[in-house]
Amino acid sequence: MESILQGVEGYMYPNEMELQWSILIVLYPYITGLVAGAFILASLERVFRVESVKPTYRLALLTALAFLLVAPLPLQLHLGHPERSLEMYLTPHTASAMAMFGFVYLWYLMAVLVLEIWLDYRKDIVQLAQTTTGPLRHVYRLLTLGSYDVSAEALHVDDRAGYVITLIGIPSAFLLHGYVGFIFGSVKANPWWSTPLMPIVFLFSAIVSGIATVMLLYMAIARLRGMEIDMRCVDTIARYLFYAFIIDFSLEMLDLIHRIYEADESFHTLDFMVKTRLYLPHVIVQIVLGTLVPLGLLALTQVVKLTDRARRGTYAVAGLLTLVGIFAMRWNVVIGGQLFSKSFLGYTTYKMEFATREGLLPAILLMILPFVILWVLVKLLPPWTDEKPGVQPAA
Amino acid sequence: MNQDRRDFLARSGKLLLLTGAAQVAFEAILRGEPAAAPNYRTADHWWGMIIDVEKCIGCGNCVRACKEENDVPREPFFFRTWVERYHVQEGDVEPPDVDSPNGGYDGFPERYRTNDGSKSFFVPKLCNHCARSPCVQVCPVGATFESPDGVVLVDKTYCLGCRYCVQACPYGCRFIDPRTKTVDKCSLCYHRITKGLTTACCETCPTGARQLGDLKDPKDPIREFLRTHKVQVLKPQMATGSKTYYNGLDGSVR
Repeated sequence: MESILQGVEGYMYPNEMELQWSILIVLYPYITGLVAGAFILASLERVFRVESVKPTYRLALLTALAFLLVAPLPLQLHLGHPERSLEMYLTPHTASAMAMFGFVYLWYLMAVLVLEIWLDYRKDIVQLAQTTTGPLRHVYRLLTLGSYDVSAEALHVDDRAGYVITLIGIPSAFLLHGYVGFIFGSVKANPWWSTPLMPIVFLFSAIVSGIATVMLLYMAIARLRGMEIDMRCVDTIARYLFYAFIIDFSLEMLDLIHRIYEADESFHTLDFMVKTRLYLPHVIVQIVLGTLVPLGLLALTQVVKLTDRARRGTYAVAGLLTLVGIFAMRWNVVIGGQLFSKSFLGYTTYKMEFATREGLLPAILLMILPFVILWVLVKLLPPWTDEKPGVQPAA
Repeated sequence: MNQDRRDFLARSGKLLLLTGAAQVAFEAILRGEPAAAPNYRTADHWWGMIIDVEKCIGCGNCVRACKEENDVPREPFFFRTWVERYHVQEGDVEPPDVDSPNGGYDGFPERYRTNDGSKSFFVPKLCNHCARSPCVQVCPVGATFESPDGVVLVDKTYCLGCRYCVQACPYGCRFIDPRTKTVDKCSLCYHRITKGLTTACCETCPTGARQLGDLKDPKDPIREFLRTHKVQVLKPQMATGSKTYYNGLDGSVR
């Protein structure tokens, strides 16, 4: 009891002292964002025919799937009654943004991502089902879904269908993460959240984080496999990262400037919060380290001619900082939005626990889990179509 | 003759049975159980509350009665109703000093002097039983709902404990009951008002600062009160359709 009352400053409504949403709810938009971003990067190749990012196409799809499978887990872990969560599908309240998210998620998972991956891998799966020995063979046989037709016509149909699904997939990915933004942006009781910009800010930050993740994964895996990194590919990805980041940063600054200039009833409270309790995560980590520095580094690669090695290093540092910055952004939205009283008269503190159900430990495990899933997926469905190092896979 | 006797026995039997039933019903009325209001129809009522700020003395009776009646956790951060004390300096309206030690459960220790030009007053808070509740809107499974008689209720056997409604309430009226891990809030003592009783907080208020009212009942004093007083709801800019009307509410209250 004393621990909850500690760290409260000014006046909070009595029921507000306990924070409702923990670090797990920070993970939820973070992970969903990575999914949406990775998918959008993958669709660049497919729909917009950006050939140079092709080496990352399959990796991006598998990354999206690995993260998407984990996305509902932090929510599930956070619920007071996880055993009732299925009710969201069985008896949804249609006016609820959260309930509808369940359907958006399911649509995206089943109708877009899984289908697109399956179509793209079908030829490989059939091949693997015929060549693999041991118990894995049964897995591949199951994955073929009984279809062994890999004739030219069949593959052409797959390709067309895959194209159409990607076409549907892009707005779906926008919907998926825009919707996460809406879940926060539509809470009128909370001035830190309630802005129509929220979905679009979430969307662009998602694209930024997804692109950064795939870029880093690609470079890391290439190094691990002893392959040469395709610089044309990484340069292109970094350029897209830079563009998306500029839009994201502009939107966030627009929001900030608008708030400062309008200075409505909540401004004094929020301003004070950003200058005190949120100073480190918001100003230092999110804006300076997580946005301005990587933007500067990426800009540098655009204007100065650096060696391949220097560019790779710059991209790696910029990518990592980007991921830290976007995580800080999610943190500042979710946790920051609960640090002040809706009476605008006081503040509380978030005391993160460690080895509890909503503590730091499960959060870390949940962040590791997608990489484990990705490792399994990569083993099961190798994303590289060509084993020769550094060679462009055949189109 | 035979017929008469049978008739008599049948009649007496019925009478005895009916008297017994009446006796049971009367006991039920005394206990405040459903038989007391067997004819309660939700469509006939539209509940609200008036709070007369001038009359509140900050005794905390309502907070204690509510916790007792509704088995609210006793810790100082779980309240279905609580009382705030506002202190506004002379010529310096914003921001007010507000406190609510233990939600007003133990009353308020003397804190402010009376002759320094400042003013102090108490503001009881509870769920506003909004007609357009943001909390109801966001519940993913419809576990929280507006009853046809205008009370925002929670089905605890259905609540997921996702806490979205807690975030959505602009007034801070909701909390998660640590024992059930589901959301809890003022039910306007629904178990009492549907039997013709008033809420626990209104029942125990010594000054009549809180009064339950049926806005559909033309004879309810609340109608007269609303006609003759200048009332205000909390955070009207939230447009939640609040049905908790405050008389004498200071602009500094939020």
